[in-house]
Amino acid sequence: MKSALPWYALLLPLVSAGAITLFTRRLKTLSSLISVAAVLGSFVCSCLIFGQKGLSAPELKWIDFGTVFTVPFGFVLDDLSRMMLVLVSGIGALIHIYSLGYMRDDEGKSRYFAALSLFMFAMLGIVLANNFVMLFIFWELVAFTSYVLIGHWFERDAAADAANKAFFTNRIGDFGFMLGILLVWMSTRSVVFADIAPRLSILTSHPAFLTIAALLIFCGAVGKSAQFPLHVWLPDAMEGPTPISALIHAATMVAAGVYMLVRVGFIIQASPSALLVIAWIGTISALLAALIATQQSDIKRILAYSTISQLGYMMIAVGLASNEAAIFHLFTHAFFKALLFLGAGSIIIMLRHEQNIWKMGGLARHLPITFLTFVVGALALIGFPLFSGFFSKDTILALAYDHNMPIFVVALFTAFLTAFYILRLVVVVFFAKPRSDAARASDESPLVMTGPLIVLALLAWLGGYGFFARHFLAIPHEKELLLIVPVLAITAMILGAGLAIALYRNRTSEPIEVDLLRRLFYIDEFYRWLLDWTQELLASISAFFDRWIIDAGAVRGVSGGTWGIGALLRLIQMGNLQAYAFLFGLGIVALIYFAVFR
Amino acid sequence: MSPILFWFFALLMLVFGVAVVVNRNPIASALNLVVSFLGLAALFMSLDAFFIGIIQVLVYAGAVMVLFLFIIMLLDLRAERLRKINWVASAGGVAVALALLIQIFYVIGHLTFSKQTFPPLARSEIDDVHNIGLLLFGNYNLPFQIIGVLVLVATIGAVLLSKRERR
Amino acid sequence: MVTLGHYLIVSGILFAIGFAGVMLRRSLIIIFMSLELMLNAANLSLVAFSRFHVQPSGVPDYNAQVFVFFIITVGAAEVAVGLAIIVALFRARQTTHVEDINTLKF
Repeated sequence: MKSALPWYALLLPLVSAGAITLFTRRLKTLSSLISVAAVLGSFVCSCLIFGQKGLSAPELKWIDFGTVFTVPFGFVLDDLSRMMLVLVSGIGALIHIYSLGYMRDDEGKSRYFAALSLFMFAMLGIVLANNFVMLFIFWELVAFTSYVLIGHWFERDAAADAANKAFFTNRIGDFGFMLGILLVWMSTRSVVFADIAPRLSILTSHPAFLTIAALLIFCGAVGKSAQFPLHVWLPDAMEGPTPISALIHAATMVAAGVYMLVRVGFIIQASPSALLVIAWIGTISALLAALIATQQSDIKRILAYSTISQLGYMMIAVGLASNEAAIFHLFTHAFFKALLFLGAGSIIIMLRHEQNIWKMGGLARHLPITFLTFVVGALALIGFPLFSGFFSKDTILALAYDHNMPIFVVALFTAFLTAFYILRLVVVVFFAKPRSDAARASDESPLVMTGPLIVLALLAWLGGYGFFARHFLAIPHEKELLLIVPVLAITAMILGAGLAIALYRNRTSEPIEVDLLRRLFYIDEFYRWLLDWTQELLASISAFFDRWIIDAGAVRGVSGGTWGIGALLRLIQMGNLQAYAFLFGLGIVALIYFAVFR
Repeated sequence: MSPILFWFFALLMLVFGVAVVVNRNPIASALNLVVSFLGLAALFMSLDAFFIGIIQVLVYAGAVMVLFLFIIMLLDLRAERLRKINWVASAGGVAVALALLIQIFYVIGHLTFSKQTFPPLARSEIDDVHNIGLLLFGNYNLPFQIIGVLVLVATIGAVLLSKRERR
Repeated sequence: MVTLGHYLIVSGILFAIGFAGVMLRRSLIIIFMSLELMLNAANLSLVAFSRFHVQPSGVPDYNAQVFVFFIITVGAAEVAVGLAIIVALFRARQTTHVEDINTLKF
């Protein structure tokens, strides 16, 4: 049944972005309301689409070169897309409402909401795209809006640098992604997902080619989902406003990487080596990020590394060929991570932009709603039984236990670390005595901010249960209920939490200092060295080329040659009258010779 | 005209022409040139070009060479002192002149009409001055006027060039 | 018998003599005189052709003689101006030696 609803859902935020940019730049409140209205409209459309199965939307033929290269502008509306539509627009709507409060006094409010609407448009585009090229276009657009939003307070050097870093790192991943798309197109002559799937046999008959293509496509996910080694942009992206961190860097954009891998899963799963690489990269990222998070003092950075870590878990699921588990964790992670970020935002705003956890403390009394919702989120994150995270995380751990024991061990240790760092955060921020005046003077946030917190808390609690999640996605079935996995997971969780509480109770400053972790494993320094070295090399080669080949060779060569020939020709002009006469005579003799004797 | 006279005047012209080139003393060169011109005028006469012959004597030998002599005496040119002769250049010059000469000989030798003897002339009442006059003032009137202007310009130019710098 | 060829050969020799004079002598005046020799050689050629190219009416073709007339006139004018230049040059450089007059070069 054809319906134009998907087009409405996709284009409403674009219209809002355009309207704000062109017309209502000065009317800040109006801009914000337009944006919120647009995203609510998208959400309503998404819910309507969700309710009807078997929907299809009219397609546009955008580029049409016959069988050689055709790029339609069309939508894919299977269960996965519809679930993602509701998730993205729903969380987007909540964050728009939250932003009304968070950005109330900001100067660039119109700019913010325009970029936010554009982001929603791009993200919905990714979720709905039915071919590689359309996906890639929206992929890049999401990176761009992320750049704009991270650098929203661009007068600060740190924010501008962070925005650049995010875009460049994304770009590196996208380069690989593009190569992967080209390889797939080269072999199957199509970029539309539905057309590639039946032609997969062309790829599978060349396993090396397929693996390379799959890994290149994975590069895009590595960049977008901030996995090792392209994870360096996400912690720096915390320079942007907190609602952005919640929306883009927790719930939606980074999840786009996972979504993309699931969408083209039929390509990836045909190559066991690619799957293994994906699983291990996920594992390394999860472990690395969790380790670093234990030593950070900025509340948003801790949550950023937590995001990287949880995305690592999703990658493990993708790598172990269970798309359902990956999507399940993505689903629950969206709720509790957004909740955690918004809670952190509430704290930051109420403490007048203070982000260092050692300057907070005792906030349980001052910000009760924030405290309660935050704890719900934390419990979901560590996989406490009864909360959503428990179900999704355990599914992944069970998968690992079944298929790949080393990954399971590392993932379990990571779960231990997760509990450790998040409880450290909770204890230091919410308990003990306030450690600064800002903390002492803080109050609860307004309803426009606490409202979304409560909604998300409910979702974070209930989101994992079958009766709720069943409507949205396919809940992966374990073969038997292996008791050992949940037991081990809960044990690791309790150990981590207990250690954190014991170490950090009633402290006023960081007791342990592990420089390696504090300095993020010196990865940033390494990248800086690498960039400098490459640039030096390229620059010296170019300088050599320019100085010797172009300057001395071409330019001076041409000028010198002209000068030399000129010097030779100059000799004809001797100033000697009789020499001229001689040349005349010679010329005449030659002329007569050629005229008469030839 | 009998060949003897032709050869006599031709040789006169050529020998004194060589003398012009060879002589050190400019006055001597000028006078040799006058005699050469006289020989040439005689050759013109032999070709029944009486007007041209007279003009040659009057204008060239009479006016131009006198001018030359005046200038030589005005500048008080002495006999040229011998500077170092550049043998290479000289050889080159002579070679080119010889080459030219050889080419001319060859071309003229191979032309059929160079064997032509004097064609007979019809008796005419109008002499050659008359005929030349008719042509000059008839067909070539415009070039004639322009030549007049040219001579005027030359006169002005000569006067201008001889002016001394006014302080 | 004297043929056209004789006159032309004589004219050619005279021209060559003049040309050699231009190239070999160092004094400006002598060079100028050699130049006049060359002009006159051409005149001789022209007049010879005029005589040997008889019109059907029995008259020589006087066009060439008119041409010679013009050449003589122009030659005279040229000598006048040329000598004036030489005088001016002599006043400036005090020399008529052609090798001393070589500043018009690169």
